[in-house]
Amino acid sequence: MDSRSIAVSMRGITKTFGATVANDDVSLDIYKGEILSLLGENGSGKTTLMNMLSGIYFPDSGQISINGQPVTISSPREAFEHGIGMIHQHFKLVDVFTAAENIVLGLEEKGKLDLKRAAARIREICDAYGFDVDPQQKIYDMSVSQKQTVEIVKVLYRGADILILDEPTAVLTPQETEKLFAVLRNMRRDGKTVVIITHKLHEVEEISDRVAVLRKGRYIGEMKTSETNAQEMTNMMVGREVTLNINRPEPKDVRPRIRVEHLTVRSEDKVLKLDDVSFTAFGGEILGIAGISGCGQKELLESIAGLQPVESGEISYLHDDGSAESLLGKDPQEIARLGVSLSFVPEDRLGMGLVGSMDLTDNMMLRSFRRGSSVFADRRGPQRLAERVVRELEVNTPGISTPVRRLSGGNVQKVLVGREIASAPTVLLSAYAVRGLDINSSYVIYDLLNQQKRKGVAVVYVGEDLDVLLELCDRILVLCGGKVSGIVDGPGADKSTVGLMMTRLGGEK
Amino acid sequence: MFDLVAFIPRAVVQAIPLLYGCTGETLSEKAGVLNLGIPGVMYVGGICGVIGSFLYEQSTGGDVNAFLVVAIPLLSCLLGSLLMGLLFSVLTITLRANQNVVGLAMTTFGVGVGNFFGGSLIKLTGSAVPSIALSTTSGYFSRTLPFAKSAGVFGKLFLSYGFLAYLAILLAVAAGYLLKHTRIGLHLRAVGENPATADAAGIDITRYKYLSTCIGCMIAGLGGLYYVMDYASGVWSNDAFGDRGWLAIALVIFTLWRPHVAIFASFLFAGLYILYLFIPTGTNLAVKELYKMLPYVVTIIVLIITGMRNKRENQPPAGLGLPYFREDR
Repeated sequence: MDSRSIAVSMRGITKTFGATVANDDVSLDIYKGEILSLLGENGSGKTTLMNMLSGIYFPDSGQISINGQPVTISSPREAFEHGIGMIHQHFKLVDVFTAAENIVLGLEEKGKLDLKRAAARIREICDAYGFDVDPQQKIYDMSVSQKQTVEIVKVLYRGADILILDEPTAVLTPQETEKLFAVLRNMRRDGKTVVIITHKLHEVEEISDRVAVLRKGRYIGEMKTSETNAQEMTNMMVGREVTLNINRPEPKDVRPRIRVEHLTVRSEDKVLKLDDVSFTAFGGEILGIAGISGCGQKELLESIAGLQPVESGEISYLHDDGSAESLLGKDPQEIARLGVSLSFVPEDRLGMGLVGSMDLTDNMMLRSFRRGSSVFADRRGPQRLAERVVRELEVNTPGISTPVRRLSGGNVQKVLVGREIASAPTVLLSAYAVRGLDINSSYVIYDLLNQQKRKGVAVVYVGEDLDVLLELCDRILVLCGGKVSGIVDGPGADKSTVGLMMTRLGGEK
Repeated sequence: MFDLVAFIPRAVVQAIPLLYGCTGETLSEKAGVLNLGIPGVMYVGGICGVIGSFLYEQSTGGDVNAFLVVAIPLLSCLLGSLLMGLLFSVLTITLRANQNVVGLAMTTFGVGVGNFFGGSLIKLTGSAVPSIALSTTSGYFSRTLPFAKSAGVFGKLFLSYGFLAYLAILLAVAAGYLLKHTRIGLHLRAVGENPATADAAGIDITRYKYLSTCIGCMIAGLGGLYYVMDYASGVWSNDAFGDRGWLAIALVIFTLWRPHVAIFASFLFAGLYILYLFIPTGTNLAVKELYKMLPYVVTIIVLIITGMRNKRENQPPAGLGLPYFREDR
């Protein structure tokens, strides 16, 4: 295919942050009218590289050319002028503005600010590519997927023909992902160039024409998607042979641990979130919870951890001798003392459980500072724990005294999950533990969960990726609209059956 | 009987310095800059006007040019407040110092500067009372609109103020329009709400923050000038300005960052502020002190009500008080 012309060419790009080398002599070509996947582990410099293309960062050295012309891009505005638009992983939207206001933000058009005309143009763009955006809607009223749509429309409104999407599917449900991919294909048909940063291999295979791999800030190689496979891409990403099978050790010594009976929960605005949910979680097994996002997964875990007021029903903790202790009416601290540990990774990752401006040690201390008898908090224990988490989970950080918000998203998550596991729980509630994590880190987390299972911990795992749930979990509880759609055994479960159960109660047609 | 016709003009002249301060502070807060130096800036604005006017009156010996006698204090005031604004901006925006600390320091500094020069000028004039009277200049500043005397109650309520009072209202209306209906206003608010977003949209954060802070300071400084030249009839005495600067900042919160609301809110605030002067003589002194609390009580009530309604638009700008650095995550 020699007819392809180069839209963007990056040569010898290097960028350092203090002592960290984020990109080291990277050279990359992006062709017109293609969808390129930029693949790499967390912290491999994918986002940094693209940030230099979109004017957020400025390279220390190297040359960027657009359509054959050497350019310097020193601000996002200059990137727009070259037709480059980036959709960031953390959306760059002003919450109290409407969609239209956000979309025209930063544009220096002639004449008065005319939001009506802008709204009309937004609708045109939506019709052309199949988006659904209400220009008058406030951002804080929108779902994650709607916000992402606004971001994409914003970039198109500026007339971008090179779109960069940074992990666009990390926060989307499978259905929303499908919709996004359809839109991206429309854009490719329209001659636009799309770069998608991801580490989900099946998405790479599904959407992209070509894939380029980065590892630890270096450019490793590129290939046509049609000529490669998941194993090869993983090996290039990680730099060694990786097996893509998740272990599922036989559950041993299984005993009931948490019993939930007829649990009903309403949210603050009186919406029914959980409706008559009953199940038992056993020590020594992994109970998966599947469901479309927002089907009550969060409320279920929070009710067990004591963070969510319960309308009716009963939750009991079953001791080893078989005696039951009710968890209702206990405060979260008492529940945590029983060994119930919750690690919930929210959509924005930092929202729950970690304090962004505090360093790793201090974040570890959040769990342990109440322990001990002296008036001074013990710092040495948490410090050792921080060091252990960094070492065992391969957290990419300059040191344990780095504020957590300086770490890349995946590393932040490893810190959170690592800390929860280290509190040696009897019940480990884990939601979206691998959200946004690369493949290698994900497997580290799966291993950690399995280790806990072998120790006799009751693991409750809320996941998004159905394939993983099917491979990892011993039993899967399927939620649908706050009701239990069914509980299936993990081994031998069929993906399409579970998928149907997620959308219809009981999975009937 | 409560004398409303006497009360309202008194409340209005009391309100104008607050309105200036509030408009200025709103502009900078909307860009995410919490300028607690406003009381100091207003103080400096006042004394700079006094210095300009004093030097001009001295050099002419009483035979003044009608244009210069207004222009010189006005420009000195704007220059003084601009310098304060620049100082604040350099420290907090360029050097990213803590805005609260710098703001409080600026207030202390501004009051000190005012009292130092005020004291020096009083020494120079060698007057017996510790104040300077600039009655010639004040005469021009407090000149009322035509027909103020002859139009009866209407004239007294609407026409009996100096030009700076009308300018204050114009500026507040203009600031409200700017923030709500123009592209500049949209960008300004974006800078205050979410600087990272504004930056990614190609808005020059530093320029917007500098401009809004400096212009905000200049507007606030005019409040100080109005206070000396019109309200106090050209008499400067140290520390007379009082806590009006802080009231102006309270007013910003009270109005939920809306300059056009500030016009009425400042009248209300000022009315409550001076209400104790209008209670019947002979009332218990302790009751009088309770009246003085009213503006603050009302602010607290408004905060409680807006807090309960919990509308996102009524919250302070999300980026208020935070320094912005692009490569910081």
